Amino acid sequence: MSDQFTLEQIASQVRRDIIRMVAGAQSGHPGGSLSSTDFVTALFFRVMKHSPKHWSRDGKGNDMFFLSAGHMSPLFYSVLARSGYFDVKELAEFRKFGSRLQGHPSVEHHLPGVYVASGSLGQGLSVAAGAALGKRLDKDERFVYVLVGDGESEEGQIWEAAMFAVRHKLNRLIAITDWNGQQIDGTVDSVIALGDLESKWNAFGWKTFVCDGHDMNAILSVFDKAHAYSETGDKPVMILMKTVMGKGVDFMEGTHKWHGKAPSKEQEQQALSQLQETLGDY
Amino acid sequence: MKEYTNKGNKDTRSGFGAGLLEAGKMNPDVVALCADLTGSVKMDAFAAEFPDRFFQCGIAEADMVGAAAGLSLSGKIPYIGSFAGFVTGRVYDQVRQVVAYSGTNVKICASHAGITLGEDGATHQIMEDIGLMKMLPGMVVINPCDYNQTKAAAIAAAGHVGPVYLRFGRPSVPNFTDENARFEIGKAIMLNEGTDVTVIATGHLVWEAVQAVQSLEKEGISVELINIHTIKPLDSDAVISSARKTGAVVCAEEHLIAGGLGESVASLLARTNPVPMEFVAVDDKFGQSGTPAELMKAYGLDSEHIINAVKKAISRK
Repeated sequence: MSDQFTLEQIASQVRRDIIRMVAGAQSGHPGGSLSSTDFVTALFFRVMKHSPKHWSRDGKGNDMFFLSAGHMSPLFYSVLARSGYFDVKELAEFRKFGSRLQGHPSVEHHLPGVYVASGSLGQGLSVAAGAALGKRLDKDERFVYVLVGDGESEEGQIWEAAMFAVRHKLNRLIAITDWNGQQIDGTVDSVIALGDLESKWNAFGWKTFVCDGHDMNAILSVFDKAHAYSETGDKPVMILMKTVMGKGVDFMEGTHKWHGKAPSKEQEQQALSQLQETLGDY
Repeated sequence: MKEYTNKGNKDTRSGFGAGLLEAGKMNPDVVALCADLTGSVKMDAFAAEFPDRFFQCGIAEADMVGAAAGLSLSGKIPYIGSFAGFVTGRVYDQVRQVVAYSGTNVKICASHAGITLGEDGATHQIMEDIGLMKMLPGMVVINPCDYNQTKAAAIAAAGHVGPVYLRFGRPSVPNFTDENARFEIGKAIMLNEGTDVTVIATGHLVWEAVQAVQSLEKEGISVELINIHTIKPLDSDAVISSARKTGAVVCAEEHLIAGGLGESVASLLARTNPVPMEFVAVDDKFGQSGTPAELMKAYGLDSEHIINAVKKAISRK
């Protein structure tokens, strides 16, 4: 698919999926899903080595992706379906009774691509670190990726995991922060400011990169740099993706108000008119 | 009653340590994580024998739970160790989301459980942990009674696919069960057959119950004594058939009444075969500093209290 379509075209379809899923369910979280769309699309359609059709929960021989910020499930489900883990038609079942596409990712319903449940925040970095340890024990050279939110980084467990990953030299763990500066109650700065995240992660002993999270060339380039570093370095990698909450839909951009709110029918149409249908809607 | 001999006092946490080491020798997938209590929880022998399979987490129990869940994905069998309060109440949401709900094969090993932690006081003496853990769907809850049984339980945990909560303690207590006894998760052990009353005991209270039964027999009271080491899944058949036979039940445990073994038994019998019941457990109180023996007596967790509870239960028949 990525050979036929540019990553930007795929990202546009993913954004349409996000809007249609949240509007269809009349609940869900569009803001962070849209801010993380570009680099998650790059991961699933270019960067990661994975086997969507033959996915197995042990992750052996494949790169693994963990969504710590489980509320970005519309984005997660869209890239999983669009990259072949399951039929895109199933996206219509998001948040419906009996669906495998639970409000927040679950393994109880056996959705391919989901390794552990997430949604209660701050836990995914620890789980990903454990998975990276497992790969080391298995002499499996593939990478473990994990996406955390910037607001989520107010959870103390993120920083516990930060120390653990350094202590155990998990150089094939690549964490990504969606640094959109917004959370439910307002801007991150107004709620509990995180300060200089780059200095913080450096101080915790991580190899840290900062990247424009909406520039596809910059995104591909930063992943190349992260991989190159991992060949010789012994630190885990944090990529801070500078993003805009709600990116791609003008009235959702840059505000916390669309963190967890569904658009009305009219707003859905308005949003979709700004997002090109490239791969065909589900 | 059948004779039970104390083969020498030993702490159940050392039984866990020995069992973990044995499990590690038997299965290369067994790994262990600890949050800065390696010696206290007796994981040091495993750490020395298998340094590449032991992971220090520091004082960061929440992270330890998550890391264990991640390790389990590739087929590892992680045992995580700390004090009981710090791997249950402190990390309840982590255990709930990435262990129980995610069905990961993590063994939560909880030392220093209950009031017999002693001098450290109530901050460290958790008596709510059985309740917290048994409420989680799919969680197996085990509370063995002595060194030998704890060692066997630690080995058996590796053979069960899914989350396990294994609870044990700090003090040296009589080691009286057979070291070659087969440990089957979910299977009650009949320690004595009787007709007047059933005593169902778990953990450190089992030896107290043995003492109580010996004393009661001298008074002509015939007591059926059941050791429940697996509180969940509960051996329903053993509980129901004994309650039908004797018509009265006493449950004894080092835990609050709320959420404990006694409540599981009461719930089962209320639905199947209601009989008068008494509870030897702590009633809605926190502990305090003291020696284990002082505290067991003061909080009503000794053989004398079991004897009184038995007589009360029989009088209510």
